[in-house]
Amino acid sequence: MTNTLTLPSETAYPADIADAPTAPPPLSEWKRIFSGIGPLFWICAGWMVLVCLAALFAFQLPLKRYGHYDTNHLAAGFSSRHWLGSNNEGDDLLGLCIQGARISLIVGFITTVAGMLIGGSLGLLAGYFGGRWDSVISYVVDVLLSLPALILLLAVVDFLGGPSIKNLVLGLGVLSIPTLARITRANTLPYREREFVTAARAIGAKNGRIITKEILPNVLPTMMSYAITLMAIIIVADGALAFLGLGLAKSQPTWGGLILGGRNYLENAPQISMVPCAFLTLTVLALTLIGDRLQARLSGRQARI
Amino acid sequence: MAERLLEVTDLSTYFKTDRGVVRAVDGVSCTLDAGATLGVVGESGCGKSVLSRSIMGLLPKHGTIRGGSAQFDGIEIVGKSPKQLRRIWGTGMSMIFQDPMTSLNPVVKIGRQLTEGLQLHFDMDSKFALDTAEELLRSVGIPEPRKRLSQYPFEMSGGMRQRIVIAIALSCGPKLLFADEPTTALDVTVQKTILNLLAEQQRERRMAMVLVTHDLGVVAGRTDEIMVMYAGQVVEKAKTTTLFSNLKHPYTEALLKSIPKVSDPSHTRLDSIPGRPPNLIHPPSGCRFAPRCVYADAKCHAELPPLTAAPGDPSHLFRCWKPVSMLATNSSASNLAGVR
Repeated sequence: MTNTLTLPSETAYPADIADAPTAPPPLSEWKRIFSGIGPLFWICAGWMVLVCLAALFAFQLPLKRYGHYDTNHLAAGFSSRHWLGSNNEGDDLLGLCIQGARISLIVGFITTVAGMLIGGSLGLLAGYFGGRWDSVISYVVDVLLSLPALILLLAVVDFLGGPSIKNLVLGLGVLSIPTLARITRANTLPYREREFVTAARAIGAKNGRIITKEILPNVLPTMMSYAITLMAIIIVADGALAFLGLGLAKSQPTWGGLILGGRNYLENAPQISMVPCAFLTLTVLALTLIGDRLQARLSGRQARI
Repeated sequence: MAERLLEVTDLSTYFKTDRGVVRAVDGVSCTLDAGATLGVVGESGCGKSVLSRSIMGLLPKHGTIRGGSAQFDGIEIVGKSPKQLRRIWGTGMSMIFQDPMTSLNPVVKIGRQLTEGLQLHFDMDSKFALDTAEELLRSVGIPEPRKRLSQYPFEMSGGMRQRIVIAIALSCGPKLLFADEPTTALDVTVQKTILNLLAEQQRERRMAMVLVTHDLGVVAGRTDEIMVMYAGQVVEKAKTTTLFSNLKHPYTEALLKSIPKVSDPSHTRLDSIPGRPPNLIHPPSGCRFAPRCVYADAKCHAELPPLTAAPGDPSHLFRCWKPVSMLATNSSASNLAGVR
């Protein structure tokens, strides 16, 4: 008879590895963040995709654009001819709002990206190097943030020579850059003292490398989710500017401008103001909720790490 | 005679704080030959970690006063800027930190953390660097190294993370490795394998090591020389065998007594050192250990003892007016075999 008893094969790995829990099935980074983020996020994201696509293809879609002047249907209500009604000059409100989305979104997007790039870099520099960098940058940021935002905006846009997309972006940048700089600085500070930063220095990494490869990946999620919320604020500020008379010309409709256009007809034809209002509100709400949900998911991920 | 790798002379590191100047390291001298191991032992707050960071030049410039000299491979470290030291960091000297949880970047993949030094110092392209990283992970005993490269630190256990920290520290082939309490944050069962791994790597790479710990049991069989630190000063320094057979300083004795012994009957009360290390802003005027020392008398409280050589053994230094007699400690030294 043969001996069927076999010795257990010698494990090649030491105790700590033998005991190690088996790794969970690999999930991609994005899957990890988005699984279980909730239906609200997807509804908001859907709305944003819809608005962005409509704005992108505004001139390809079969829509009645600015200057349509349907004189038989002035200030009309919702109908099959004008789905969302028409304004006092007979322009289709749906068409105008989608055209308006272009400018509002472009201004919001460029301003936010500029805020991320410029404000984010300043925040990283101030937070990482501290000392003189921090004093100067924080001082400028504090001054900018202590001024009343809307007055500052009006002054900047007016000083630059009146409303144009470029001047609106520059003016609103004054709003986005210091806010993002402050957020980024505050988030960088604790990482500067973390041991993995010292560890990176101990193998000879340079400051630039530490900032971009060690600190930025930790700070970026917070920056991103805040930037999305900031974009909502920028869009509102853009609307407020237009409402205060520092908007673009009527031939370049913006949401703020459209709301302003309907203010004399609020009693008889409220849809002229309310339809662009609804677009603005829904978009801002969607952006805020997206930023909020992302923040919650990302901070949850942070805690797990 | 082996090549002298590190020569530290009268090294001091003070920190300026709102309450005064903290003398974290106060005139420490030591030497280390290539391939040798030095153990640095003491309680928390005795300046062990600050000492190793001072020698590496890793401390922030701001608010730090530094004195003395630390020569690594003939290059003076004290007073050099990070820019000048960057060439030495990683390839000359490297460091392993206490907690692998915090010394790895939580949101960066292992592979990228491991290849950072390789790409920096050796100008490797990313493919070659990843292959080298895989080889490094294998050498520190990590299974499926290729897969690990694309994982994040939180997907691994503490022991494995510390292996990765070791792999990172070794990646550029340092001549001197500082291991700053490398096993303190780990399970006791894992401690031994990590220490063995360090010893094995040290042997293979003919690398010198400074092993910083609060546990005399950890350094007992793994070092050539031991330096006991108290309140920023060296209180005793000797060859490892000498220290355990012929210790002179009451603090060393107290540390040794505070290790639980297997041979003791169960429920034996463990000896501990009463009190806490002194305030390093206003250290005691006499011997710094005097307030906690069982043998202290008036002279101990009044005058700081100099670091003197033991009779007949110039390599055995101690800082005490009333050195412990040999007889009292023989039993504790022999008991240490049970600890390891």
